[in-house]
Amino acid sequence: MAFVALGQGSSAKKTELTNSSRVAFILLAPGMIYLGLFFLTPFVSLVITSLKTASMTGEIGMYDYAVQISNYAYAVDQYLPQILRSFAYALVATLMALLISYPIAYFIGVKARNKPLLQALLLTLVIAPFFISFLLRTFAWKQIFSNESPVTQFISSLGLLAEGQYIIGTDFAVIAGLTYNFIPFMTLPIYTSLERLDIRLVEAGADLYANPAKTFWKITFPLSLPGVISGTLLTFIPISGDYVSASRDFLGGSDTAMIGNVVEANFFRIQDYPTASALSVMLMAAIVILVSMYVRKSGTEDLL
Amino acid sequence: MNQGLPQDPMMRQLVQMARSKMLSRRAALLGLGGTATALTLASCSSGTESALTPAEDLSDSEKVLVWHNWPLYMDGEDDGSYPTLNRFTEQSGIKVEYMMEIDDNDTWYAKVKDQLALGTDPGFDVACPTNWLADRMIGLGYLQTMDNANMPNKVANLAPAYLGNANDPERTLSVPYQGIIGGIVYNKAMYKEATGKDAPTSIADVWAPELKGRVGLISEMRDSVGLTLLSQGVDITDPNSLTEDAFNAAVEFIAAQVSSGQIFNIKGNSYGEDLVNGNIIVALAWSGDTTILNFEVEEDRFGFVIPDTGSTISADTFVVPMGSAHKKNAEALINYYYDPVNAAELAAYVNYVTPVVGAKEEMMKLDPELAENPLIFPSEEFLANVHTFRALTGQEEQRFATAWQNVLLGA
Repeated sequence: MAFVALGQGSSAKKTELTNSSRVAFILLAPGMIYLGLFFLTPFVSLVITSLKTASMTGEIGMYDYAVQISNYAYAVDQYLPQILRSFAYALVATLMALLISYPIAYFIGVKARNKPLLQALLLTLVIAPFFISFLLRTFAWKQIFSNESPVTQFISSLGLLAEGQYIIGTDFAVIAGLTYNFIPFMTLPIYTSLERLDIRLVEAGADLYANPAKTFWKITFPLSLPGVISGTLLTFIPISGDYVSASRDFLGGSDTAMIGNVVEANFFRIQDYPTASALSVMLMAAIVILVSMYVRKSGTEDLL
Repeated sequence: MNQGLPQDPMMRQLVQMARSKMLSRRAALLGLGGTATALTLASCSSGTESALTPAEDLSDSEKVLVWHNWPLYMDGEDDGSYPTLNRFTEQSGIKVEYMMEIDDNDTWYAKVKDQLALGTDPGFDVACPTNWLADRMIGLGYLQTMDNANMPNKVANLAPAYLGNANDPERTLSVPYQGIIGGIVYNKAMYKEATGKDAPTSIADVWAPELKGRVGLISEMRDSVGLTLLSQGVDITDPNSLTEDAFNAAVEFIAAQVSSGQIFNIKGNSYGEDLVNGNIIVALAWSGDTTILNFEVEEDRFGFVIPDTGSTISADTFVVPMGSAHKKNAEALINYYYDPVNAAELAAYVNYVTPVVGAKEEMMKLDPELAENPLIFPSEEFLANVHTFRALTGQEEQRFATAWQNVLLGA
C-alpha cells in the first residue's frame, strides 16, 4: 500500500514528491524497525548458528563460530525422508482441508446468506473448537484413535482393520489430525470470498443456459479463488512446520516424524544446534520458493 | 569512564567478560544477533576458560528455596499439599517453592543451561536431574560443593553403593534423591494370554513373535539401549566392553525391531498410558511406575521383572547450581530427606529405590508389605545384577544421543 502511495506521488510536483515520500518513509519506519528486530535479527542469528562447528572441547551442546556449509549437506543426508514426508503430509492435509472446507464455506457464505442467525451460528461452530487448546484437541483425537476406543473397535468390527492393525501412529492418524487442526484456516478465507460473491452473476449464467455445474466452474469457483489461495497458504505453511500431530506423544508413531519433530529433537534432545538451524533455514527457503511459485502461477493480485 | 557494574547479574557477567576482552570485536559484532547469541557466546567461553564462583549464600536471612523436580515424585495429598515438605517448612522455617519442572532431562537442561553457564540464578536453588546429567554439570563446573557438616543425616545414612562416583566420590556435588531401576514391565493377564507363560524372564522374551506390535520402549537412552546391550552380553559399566561399535549394534537392533513392527512406540513417561489402555503388553521401562500404574487402575494388573541378563540403575540427584544464593537451605532440605523416617514416608509414596539406610526399618512400622518390596529396598543379590551405564565423554554423548534420536525419528 505504501508503495502505491509512493508511485502516486511521482506524478505530482517535485516538492510534493519529497514530502509524500518522507511521509511514506516515516509511516513505514515502525514496520521496518519491527521487521528488522523480530524477523531479520533472529533469522541472521539462525543462519550464523547453522554454520557453526562443534567446539574443540567436544562438550555436548558447545559450538564455535565457523562457516561450515557441510552442515546443510549433513542435515539433508540425514533427514531427507522426514523432509519429504513433511511436504507430502502437508500436501495431502491441505487438499483434504480444501475438500472439506469448500462445501462448508459455500453453504455458510451463499446458501445461508439470507439467514443471518444461521450464518452466525455456523461460523461460530467453525471457530468454536479454537477456544480449546490446540494440544487438548489433538489429545482428544488421540483418545478417539486409541486401540481401545469405541471408534477403533467399531471400525475393527466392520473388518476394515486387519488383525493387529491400528489407527494411532499411522500416516492416516497424523494427516487426519493435521487436517482437523487447520480446517478453520481454510474455511474462513474461502467464506470471505464467497460471501462477497455477486449472486446476480450466477443468475446471469443460468439465464444464458449454463447448467449449475458449469455456472459453478465458470463463475463461482474463479471468483472464490483468492480465498482458496490464501486458505491453502494459511494451511500448507503451518502444516509443513507442525510438530505436535506427528509427535510420538500425540498421533504419531515410530515412522511419522516430520521436519518439526527433527528440529525439536536436534534442538532440545541432542543439542545439535547447527543441524537444527540448517533444517529450519532450508524449511523456510523451501516454503518461500514453493509459495512464490504457487502465487505466481495462480496470479492473484487480489490476495494483497 | 570506569562505570560501576550493572546490578543485573547476567548483564554484570557480560560486562565483565567484555572488559576482560573475552568478547573479541568480531564476536561482539556477531553478538548483535541478539541476546541468545550473546548468551551462547558467553556459555562457550565461561564453560572452558573461566571457572565460575558460587553466589553469596543468603540462606541465613532468606528462608526460601526453589526446588525443580519431576512429576509424581513427592508424597502428595489430594488437595495438592505435600505432607513431608510441609513438615520441613514447619521445622526449619524455610519456605519451599516446589516446581514439577523436569519432564525430561534434556529438555529441562536445554531450558536452564545458559544461566548455568553464566553462573547466574537459573530459577532454582536445588534440582534433581538424573546422575548422568549431574555428571555433565559437574564436569562443566556448574555446581556448588555442599557442606557435609550441614548434612549429618546424609553422612550417616547414604547407602555406600552410591559413593565412589568418579566425578563426585564423596557425593557433595550430587546427592541421590531416588534410585531408578530399568527392566520389563508387563500386563500379567494379557502376557499370559498372548504367550502362555506367566512372566517374561529375559529381554529375548520381549522380542517373541506373539508380542508383535505390543511392545513399548522408554525413550531414555541409558535404559532402553542399556538393557539391550546387557542382553547382548556387553558390560555397560566398562568402556572396553561398551564401545561405540557395541552401542551402534544395539541401536541398529532396536531400529530393526521398530521397522519390523515388533515395537509399538518409543516414548517418554507417557508409555504408561499405552499400558493402561492396552495398546502394549510389555515395556522396557522403570520400576517405580509399575506400582503407580497398579495404583491408578486399582488392581494388581502390572508386574515388573529384572531380566536375567541384568538391569540398569540410575539415580536422580540433588544438585545446587553456582547461581543459587540458598545453598545452606538446600543442605537443610537434603538433610531432612536423609532422616530415615522422612525417607520412608516419601518412599511409601514414590516407590523408587531409596538411597537412605535405615528407611527400611522405618517402613516396617509404616507399611510392612512395602518394606518387603525388593524394588524399593533391593537386597544385595538383587543389586549384584543391576548396572550403571558408564560415563560418556562429551563427544560420545553427542554421537550416541544422535544415533539414538535417529531411531526415535524413524526414517
